[in-house]
Amino acid sequence: MDFPQFFFDLIGNRLFMAIIASIHVFINHPLAVGAYPLIVLIEWWGRRTGKVEWDRLAYRITFVLFIITTTVGALTGVGIWFTTALIAPFGIGSLLRVFFWAWFTEWLVFISEVILIMIYFLTWKRWSEGLMKKVHIGFGIFLAAFSWLTMAIIVGILGFMMDSGTWPVTRTFISGFFNPLYLPQLAFRTTYAMMTAGLCAWFMIFFFTEKGSPFRRQAVRLVAAWSFGWAVPFIPSALWYWYRVPDSMLANINVGLMTQRFMHWHHTLAVIMLATVGVISLITLIGIIRPRYITGLVLLVPFVLGIWLLGHFERVREFIRKPYVIADYMYSNGVKIEEMPVFQRDGILPYATWVKNHRVTSVNQLDAGCDVFLVTCSRCHTTSGLNSLTAKFKNLYGPEPWDKEVLNAFLRTMHVTRTYMPPFPGNDAEVEALVTYIKYLQNNREPIFDAQARWQPKPAQPVDSMSSP
Amino acid sequence: MLLTFNQIVFVLLTTIPIPRDIDLPLPFSSWGLKFFLVVLFLLHILFVNLMVGGSLLAVFFEILGLNQKKYDQLGKKITETVTVNKSLAVVLGVGPLLCINLVYTIHFYSANTLTGYAWISIIPLVIIAFLLAYLHKYTWLNWQEKNKKFHIFIGSMAAFLFLCIPLIFLTNINLMLFPDKWPEVSGFFSSLRVGNVFPRYFHFLTASLALTGLFLAGWFGRKKYPLETALPEFSHAELKKIFYKLTFYATVAQFAFGPLLLFTLPYSGISITLIIIILVGAALALLVLWYLHREIKKGNDQPGYSYAVIIFIFTLVVIAMGTGRHIYREVSLAPHRALIASESERFHAILLATRMRLAAGQGAGEALGTAITGEKIFVNCAACHAVDKILAGPSLVEIYSLYKDNPEGIVKWAKAPGKKRPQFAPMPSFAQLGDEKLQLVADYILETVRQNTTSGKAAESPQK
Ligand code: HEC
Ligand code: HEC
Repeated sequence: MDFPQFFFDLIGNRLFMAIIASIHVFINHPLAVGAYPLIVLIEWWGRRTGKVEWDRLAYRITFVLFIITTTVGALTGVGIWFTTALIAPFGIGSLLRVFFWAWFTEWLVFISEVILIMIYFLTWKRWSEGLMKKVHIGFGIFLAAFSWLTMAIIVGILGFMMDSGTWPVTRTFISGFFNPLYLPQLAFRTTYAMMTAGLCAWFMIFFFTEKGSPFRRQAVRLVAAWSFGWAVPFIPSALWYWYRVPDSMLANINVGLMTQRFMHWHHTLAVIMLATVGVISLITLIGIIRPRYITGLVLLVPFVLGIWLLGHFERVREFIRKPYVIADYMYSNGVKIEEMPVFQRDGILPYATWVKNHRVTSVNQLDAGCDVFLVTCSRCHTTSGLNSLTAKFKNLYGPEPWDKEVLNAFLRTMHVTRTYMPPFPGNDAEVEALVTYIKYLQNNREPIFDAQARWQPKPAQPVDSMSSP
Repeated sequence: MLLTFNQIVFVLLTTIPIPRDIDLPLPFSSWGLKFFLVVLFLLHILFVNLMVGGSLLAVFFEILGLNQKKYDQLGKKITETVTVNKSLAVVLGVGPLLCINLVYTIHFYSANTLTGYAWISIIPLVIIAFLLAYLHKYTWLNWQEKNKKFHIFIGSMAAFLFLCIPLIFLTNINLMLFPDKWPEVSGFFSSLRVGNVFPRYFHFLTASLALTGLFLAGWFGRKKYPLETALPEFSHAELKKIFYKLTFYATVAQFAFGPLLLFTLPYSGISITLIIIILVGAALALLVLWYLHREIKKGNDQPGYSYAVIIFIFTLVVIAMGTGRHIYREVSLAPHRALIASESERFHAILLATRMRLAAGQGAGEALGTAITGEKIFVNCAACHAVDKILAGPSLVEIYSLYKDNPEGIVKWAKAPGKKRPQFAPMPSFAQLGDEKLQLVADYILETVRQNTTSGKAAESPQK
């Protein structure tokens, strides 16, 4: 309400964010965090055994990583800043005030990481002998360490958004950062990254080595052993995370529906997790014993499973986080818990900057309803696109004209009956206005294109109260 | 003064959006953050300049190289610097982005959301530009013979994108300075009309060429650069002359673009300090020109010691311009920030007053016994249950038939609902309301249906 509303009415803001964040994670985990240590291992092995093929393979894989991580990888990471600026400026603006130093440190680590990958890749050919080769491997180790550190910092922030621990009380940086989910999540992501990095390298081996050659067999054996080795610690760390999530989540959730849905997802998660680990262990074992049996196509199976697993985790994370951007402090629509009584008494429109109507009157019901929608629902729902209000209400109340009283009751109790949504932050007149707008949407598919341009000066009353001390 | 402060405030309130600021403390002193912002931004923009200038020059020399082979080699060598500089430009951008988000939270984010689609398109555009830049670099030799035209096209596309991206950024940085224009803006293209985007943009482009010239003069001119193997057809003196000349003419051009930029700046942020700083910068730039001229005339050696002098003075020029830019922003935004602060304070006072009134009122309400009735609590159920209509759950009439002599049963169910009817989603638990309230609502449900059936016979509706 304090920022112009960027609103993507067809896809919805949630999906928009999810796309960029997922691409980033899918690239960052296996192709950076997990891959650098593996490559350094291959390079080191090549030096030890004196076989140039290892070195050549490591170089070629690094070339692919270099291109991908310095373009799509780096930019989707930065892209998360750009997207949240549009979708939840109030949320990211607040988080930034708490976590500035964490992000600042992460930035320094990120700079080091990019400089290191440039040094590591661009000096490969020049520093190929004797001492310089050792130095080169040393840079590789630093690179691996820094890219893991970047993740270790970000995980603190992600965990905080799910469970702010004692932060709402203490408001200190440390209490927010080392929240109860920090270590389990870090262990889960680390082992996952390492494990899948082996699979990615395996996939590239098919392009970078000769078919049927003994070297290909050796290379496959090495990366398969790597992935298998990491699948073992992956199981306990995933279980740790899996057990920890409901503790901290369900503590705040007292509604059966939510719990049921959560437990259902939680269950699915266990199934996917087991399937992924099972398939990966099996494939890597075969890879170690009979490297030739595994083809590129077979490798796609754990790949898809892995993406599904991570995707589901992110989805649960997002779902659980609702209705908050910052747990127990600020809802996803930017309303803070402490502001709720004011808005429910006076309405939210008089206090919102970027709306056309600051008061609901008998003539502006529909237009004011649109404002109320934008301020209170639009961060999570569209009008008629994905995750739309019209579809949700049709699901609930069927295709006949929806009853005013019923919609009214829904809005008043939306938080109590569905804890994943915030309470309605407005007064009776605004409930009426939103009901009018929702009923209008039922019959008129009318996407909002000018969300940003809805501005009218606030009523003059602020001046009075300012001038009379 | 003709207008009192309050009158001015009133005028502003009716023409400018006055939001509230985020009410968490800054993590660091605001002066410290501003210092970081200016320094880190200059560092970032340096590499942006080298990226933009380098990609333009690479294509330029590649085209020259169609006739004279040696320029083609020069273009290739420049491309190799671009792919490194562009990565540094991106990573160094994050720091100033964090700082500007902190120090100018309202202004920067508002500009972002107002130019929404253009703002977010920066990400895919940069990705594409980078991939094209790599393609341009790594295919240079392979596409030398057959695909040369296409290769030049790839390079030009990358350079074109590198020209577009700064324009989007600049539009945001510019738009944030003029909150009074925000209501008129709808999207990127209309934001181009606010303030003086284009003079600033030309100033930036020319600076890119000047800086890239200076950088390349040093890069190719340094003693350790393997000229004999990398660029055998060039001498140190020749390269130095080419790039010093580029810097010289670009800097001369700034004496046209600079004043243009200054005179088209909206008045809101102009101050004496600003003018003085800019003039000092311009004087130093004249000194740079004099040095460059001397070096170009001297001709036949490597940049050497005087290169360091030029770099030093040039750095001072850049610092002066960067500081001037910051001072303009501060002055320009000061009135709006004061309004935001007072609006935030006003709201904070309301918050506090409400909290106190609420605390007092709760006691009073309970004393009067007006607080809780079954009817009020039923609001929790009304989204799914109505007297004789099926909403998201069974009708009250049906519930009545099940529980008419057993209100306790309703309480028990509401605390831990089961799953009976396949056509409905499960009912959420209401255990959090507590036995007492659920008892009230159970009585209310039964009573309501009883009244409806006795008065209007609604329950035994004739049709069904
Ligand atoms: C925090 C984000 C958020 C906000 C804000 C929000 N919702 Fe929701 N809403 C959700 C989620 C999450 C769901 C569940 C979606 C699903 O089932 O996948 C949901 C579901 C719904 C449903 C379907 C409920 C059901 O039981 O099937 C309706 C109707 C709805 N929302 C209306 C609204 C209205 C009206 C507003 C604004 C007053 C609003 N929501 C604000 C997140 C939000
Ligand atoms: C989100 C919608 C929703 C809300 C809100 C809701 N209910 Fe229900 N209720 C249902 C559904 C769905 C059923 C049917 C469940 C089934 O049979 O599986 C139901 C069934 C019932 C039943 C019948 C139980 C039985 O034995 O068949 C009672 C009694 C009841 N609700 C009471 C309440 C009370 C009291 C409240 C308010 C405190 C309430 N409900 C709020 C959805 C809701």
